[in-house]
Amino acid sequence: MKRYFGRYGGQFVPETLVPALTHLEEEYCKIKEDKSFQENLGNLLSDYCGRPTPLYLAKRLSKKLGVGKIYLKREDLLHTGAHKINNAIGQCLLAKKMGKKRIIAETGAGQHGVATATAAALLGLECEIYMGSVDAKRQELNVFKMSLLGTKVNIVENGSKTLKDAINEALRDYTANFKDTHYLIGSALGPHPYPTIVRNFQSVIGVEAKKQILEKEGKLPDCLVACVGGGSNAIGLFSAFLDDPVEMIGVEAGGDGKQHAERLTGKARKGVLHGMKSYFLQDKNGQIQNTYSVSAGLDYAGVGPEHSNLKEMERAKYVSVTDDGALDAFKTLSQYEGISPALESAHAVGYVMKMEKSDDKTIIINLSGRGDKDAPQVKELLK
Amino acid sequence: MRELKKPALMPYVCCGDPNVKFTKELIREMAANGADAIELGIPFSDPMADGKIMQEAVARALDGGMTPDKALNMLKELREEGLEIPVFIMTYYNILFSSGIGNFTKLAKDAGADGFIIPDLPIEESGELRSACDEHDLVLVQFITPNCSDERLERITKDAKGFLYAISVLGITGVREGISEDAVELIRRAKRITKIPVVIGFGISNEEQASEYVKAGADGVIIGSKIAKIYSAENKVDEVAKFCAKVKEKMQGVTLV
Repeated sequence: MKRYFGRYGGQFVPETLVPALTHLEEEYCKIKEDKSFQENLGNLLSDYCGRPTPLYLAKRLSKKLGVGKIYLKREDLLHTGAHKINNAIGQCLLAKKMGKKRIIAETGAGQHGVATATAAALLGLECEIYMGSVDAKRQELNVFKMSLLGTKVNIVENGSKTLKDAINEALRDYTANFKDTHYLIGSALGPHPYPTIVRNFQSVIGVEAKKQILEKEGKLPDCLVACVGGGSNAIGLFSAFLDDPVEMIGVEAGGDGKQHAERLTGKARKGVLHGMKSYFLQDKNGQIQNTYSVSAGLDYAGVGPEHSNLKEMERAKYVSVTDDGALDAFKTLSQYEGISPALESAHAVGYVMKMEKSDDKTIIINLSGRGDKDAPQVKELLK
Repeated sequence: MRELKKPALMPYVCCGDPNVKFTKELIREMAANGADAIELGIPFSDPMADGKIMQEAVARALDGGMTPDKALNMLKELREEGLEIPVFIMTYYNILFSSGIGNFTKLAKDAGADGFIIPDLPIEESGELRSACDEHDLVLVQFITPNCSDERLERITKDAKGFLYAISVLGITGVREGISEDAVELIRRAKRITKIPVVIGFGISNEEQASEYVKAGADGVIIGSKIAKIYSAENKVDEVAKFCAKVKEKMQGVTLV
C-alpha cells in the first residue's frame, strides 16, 4: 500500500508503533481481498446499519436556493446517526480478525465514539473512548449513549481539551497496549495505513451515490459538496468520482470569524502531527494552535493527508462556512425539507446556500450526520 | 559528536520548565554531579510519546514562553560558559519541520548541540533529517524497542550513529518500578550486532534500576520523568544534583562480568 498521497501522509510515529502498524497493514491487505470478510461486512452494513442510504432530491430546498438540483446523500439515516458507523463496523471486524480484545478510539462530536461503542457492543469487544472535556460538555448526550453501550469514556483535560488532545491520549494508550488493543481512528487521518483504511471503509458512500445519481439523472453530477474535519465523509464520497469530470468541494469550519478550523482555506502550513504530514494550524515555531468551531466534529487543527494532496493537485476545492452560516443552514434545511442536519453537515449545506444561481446544475451534498445530537446546543445558540 | 563517557548518566530536562534560568542552573549542577550528557527537551504542544509528568513539564515551559530559539540560545550560553558534555536535542519532528530541516539543523549545530532525539521519526521518515545531520556533523539518534524484530533491529543499527536509544517498555515516558526483562533482552540483542553504545530510557527512576541495566550491558541510562518529579515538587536544584550523584556512584560501582 502507498504510504503517501503525493507529498502528504507517511508514518511519523514512535518506533514502538512501527511494527504494530506494519502488522495492521498486512492484516488489512488480507481482509481487503477476503470474500467472506467483505460479505460479512456488506451484510452488517445493510441489515444492521441500513445501507444503502437514499440519495434524496431535495425539491423544496432546490427551489428556494435556485442553485440547481440538490441531492442529499442521506448518511444521517444510518444507525447511530452518521457515516461514522461504516468505518467503525469495518475496523471492529478487522480488529476481531486480528485477535484484538479491546478497542480504543478518539471522538470529537461523539458520533465516532457512539459508532465505535456500538460496533464494539455488537461484536463483543471491550471499548474505551477518549474525548476532550470541552467536547464532552457540548455533546453530553453522546457521552451518555456511549456509557449506555458499555463503553468507558475517558475525559481528556489536556491542551485544548478537544479532538486533537483526545487523539494524543488514544495514541499514548495504543503505544502501550497495541498487543491486545486496536486503535480505531475515526477519520481519514493519522499514520499510514489509517488514512487509506478509513477512506476505503467510507468509499461505500461514493460508490452508492454514483450508482444512484446515474439511475436518477442518467449522468454524473456537476458538483459534490461535503464538510471536512479530518475528512472521512468527504473522501468517502469523493473517492468514487476522482477520475470523473466532477467538481469536488470540501467545506471547513470558519468558526466565529476570529477563531476557526480553516486548514486548507486559511493560514495553515504544512506540518507533522498525529503520525502524518499534512496541513496544520500552527504558530511560527511549529506549536499546534487551538481551533474553534460551533461543531465539535470539525474542530481539529489538521486535515487528512489525501485532502492536502487533492488541494495541491487542484482536484478538489476547499472553502469555509462560519458558525452563523452553518446555523442558518441548520434552520433552512429543517424548515424546507424536514431534515435537521448535524452541525458538521450543516456547513456543507451552508456553502450550497451561497453558490451561484443556476438552473441546470446537479449537486450532491453529503449529509453526513443528523442533528439530534446538536439540538440542545442549537436551542441555546438561537435564543 | 563530543565523546560520551561510559557508563553514561544522561538526564533529560524540558527546557524552560518553569524558566530558562532554572533549566540552566539545573544543567550546570547535573553536569557537576555526574551527568555525562544531557538530553535537552524543546517543548512541543502535543508530546504524544510522553506520559503525564513530562506533559505537565512541557505545559509549564510553554506557559512560561519557551520557544525553540530561546532553548538553542540557552544552550549557546551554556557552551560559552564552559559546558563540555554532549547535549542532544529532544523534540518532536514538527518543531524542526516548521523551521525548515536544513535551517534548524544549522541553528542547533551553531548552538553547540551534538545531535537530535526525535521520538516521532522512525527510520523510514528520517532521510531528510539524516542528510542534514550528516552535513552538519550531528547525530540523529535511533530508537530500538523490545518489539523490534531481529530484521528491523539490524536495519536500524546498520546506519546508526552516536548511540542507540533503547526504550525499556512498550509505552510512553514515566516513572516505573523495577527493571524490564524485555529491556535486558533488547540490550543483549543489540550488543550482539553493534558496537555503538546502547543507552536505555523510559521508566528509570532510581540507582538500582540504573545499575541493573548497566550490569545487563547498557552503556548508559536516560532519566527524565523522575528528575522532573523531584524538581517540580520543590523547584530545588540541589535535590536533583544529589539524585544524580547517587545514581552515578551506583552505576560506576558495577563490575562487568
